[in-house]
Amino acid sequence: MKIKGADILINCLLEQGVDTVFGYPGGTVLDIYDALYRNGKINHVLTAHEQGAAHAADGYARVTGKTGVCFATSGPGATNLVTGIATAYMDSVPLVAVTGNVGINFLGRDSFQEIDICGITIPVTKHNFIVKDVTELADTVRRAFRIANSGRKGPVLIDILKNVQIEECEYAPQSPKPAQADEVPSGKLSRAVNAITESKRPIIIAGGGVISSNASSLVHELAVKLDCPVAYTLMGKGCIDENDRLCLGMIGMHGTVAAVKTMLAADTVIALGTRFSDRVALNRDKFAEGKRVIHVDIDNAELDKNVTSDVHVLADVGETLKTLIPLVGKTERKSWLEEADGFKKCNALKKDTSKRAYKIISAAAKIAPADSPLVTDVGQHQMWAAQHYAVNSPRRFCSSGGLGTMGYGMGAAIGAALGTGKLSVLITGDGCLGMNMNEISTAAAYNVPMVILLMDNRVLGMVRQWQKIFYSRRFSQTDLGKRKIDYVKLAESLGAAGITVGENDDIESKLKQAFDEAEKNSRPVLVDCKISPDENVLPMIKPGMTYDTQLEKLEEN
Amino acid sequence: MDEVKKYTIGALVSNKSGVLTRITGLFTRRGYNIESVTGCATEDPEISRLTIILNGDKYVLYQMIKQMEKLEDVIRIGCADELECVYRELALIKVNAKPDSRRQIVEATEIYKAKVVDLSPDTMILEITGDPNKIEAFIKVIKPYGILEMQRTGVTVLARGEHTLKDRAKNLD
Repeated sequence: MKIKGADILINCLLEQGVDTVFGYPGGTVLDIYDALYRNGKINHVLTAHEQGAAHAADGYARVTGKTGVCFATSGPGATNLVTGIATAYMDSVPLVAVTGNVGINFLGRDSFQEIDICGITIPVTKHNFIVKDVTELADTVRRAFRIANSGRKGPVLIDILKNVQIEECEYAPQSPKPAQADEVPSGKLSRAVNAITESKRPIIIAGGGVISSNASSLVHELAVKLDCPVAYTLMGKGCIDENDRLCLGMIGMHGTVAAVKTMLAADTVIALGTRFSDRVALNRDKFAEGKRVIHVDIDNAELDKNVTSDVHVLADVGETLKTLIPLVGKTERKSWLEEADGFKKCNALKKDTSKRAYKIISAAAKIAPADSPLVTDVGQHQMWAAQHYAVNSPRRFCSSGGLGTMGYGMGAAIGAALGTGKLSVLITGDGCLGMNMNEISTAAAYNVPMVILLMDNRVLGMVRQWQKIFYSRRFSQTDLGKRKIDYVKLAESLGAAGITVGENDDIESKLKQAFDEAEKNSRPVLVDCKISPDENVLPMIKPGMTYDTQLEKLEEN
Repeated sequence: MDEVKKYTIGALVSNKSGVLTRITGLFTRRGYNIESVTGCATEDPEISRLTIILNGDKYVLYQMIKQMEKLEDVIRIGCADELECVYRELALIKVNAKPDSRRQIVEATEIYKAKVVDLSPDTMILEITGDPNKIEAFIKVIKPYGILEMQRTGVTVLARGEHTLKDRAKNLD
């Protein structure tokens, strides 16, 4: 049967099991939105801005493991997606972005709302397509989903010309073929087994690849078998229960004392699905100096890119561990574990529990319903959340790690709540919230249960912290104090509830009130938590420095 | 750090519009120092072949190949220096050739097995084919007469014997 291109798109999305799309209509996607309306089987979330749609699709993808989908019109609609697409690209999140473009007769003539979105998104997508022929549309959509959610995952953009949406062609449904995992190279694996067996003081560094290959329980199994402590990167947060004896916490620039000290004392690094970014390795040449590095990653280009490994396995982390775990013997490393326990005690001792940020975030972690996804924006609050908010299961933590996108949180928290069907917790700052606060209205419109914890310090805290350390306290443009935003009124005017937690308020009772309101009335609740502009993120290793220079206090100029 | 040298990379890519943009964009954004890129049709209408000359060390070479492998439109890729290869390039050189210098130019042309393909009262166009070193040497000889303009195709490479790029495993690991 012949159907319109727009209907082919919707049918192909249904083939792929898409149930939710985030987007914003416009001139060149009118036919797609008409098909969506006539079909009625896909839940569409109309955001306030296309950037919010892209972040929402990203949050949805991170919590479900499915491919997130967003729609935008040509021109500004498409360019507004770019930050969201780039965020997903840097964090390897499967995403399919569909944009419309002008009809073939108008293409290349600088027509109204015409933009070369394929050209613009080449560096931030795994691949992109411009569809000029309706007979190629169905297979292009299928291929886009295959690319997005295979190998190292990432975003794919499909730009569909207006005439292609209108033209008709034969369509026959196809169910997607299950992805086949590549074989784990056995030669490399036996070398990895040997290196692991020989190690006396191994440490596992678990990255985002562990989450995206659903390998969290396998990582734990390996760690238990080896008596090997586990540190996670920001992207790996949630891969291990934070109360587990083997869990060291986050590693890197703002990593825990335990993770950093254990790393320093280790003789072997088992790096799983992580790319040794500059925020983890800091000094890539000295990071693993004198240690054996075993690196497992699905992306060949990540092997030996930042840190040179002694053994690497090019394969999916989950598949690798399934084969590897039976090959390594159960080894007791009692004294090594005791040493790591000792480092963990330093953690507890050095945690500054007097700071309000700590009190608020740790209280929220206690009060929030189990299994609620935690979403953050970017900056100090992001690091505090990573340090003080325990996330004990995978796919329950969404944060822009690679791109560091301020404004990611509001959209992502909507996607995370809809993807899990649970209340989402967003920890944000007043700088970040200012970037995409329009999406509060979206959360309210769709009755999304959400608690927005606003770490309101009236400054751009992280930038300011760097100005303190590196720029002799010259606080250039990081003071937001002149803004006269009443966050409670703001929340109310956008359809959410607003609560203020002042200096003298009881944090726990205020937060309980917020979570109750969000759950009972299924709506977003913004909690304006006033904190001091001078709370810092600590510990810290300065950029490019080695792990033995971790600071527990700032020597402020 | 490894020694910086010239590497020749051969790649089979989909013959679609925009492929060259994807590849050259990758070089720019990752900061690879590329000397030349040559693209041409192949025996298969759906596939084009690129020859890329890279200036870099082994780290850059491997990174570039691995990053290129990730592109959907790259079908096969290999570094030509690893195999015994035939390198060829063609150059057209328009040179000042007043009657008094013509003889000498023609002599040099004969020695290098180049050809005179155009003659005007004051100029000549010379055509030379060979490996890049031979072309460099010829240009050096001709330069003193005054080169008016010149065009080089860039290097094309095929491995000797039965090896083909198509047969190479896509994965370097």
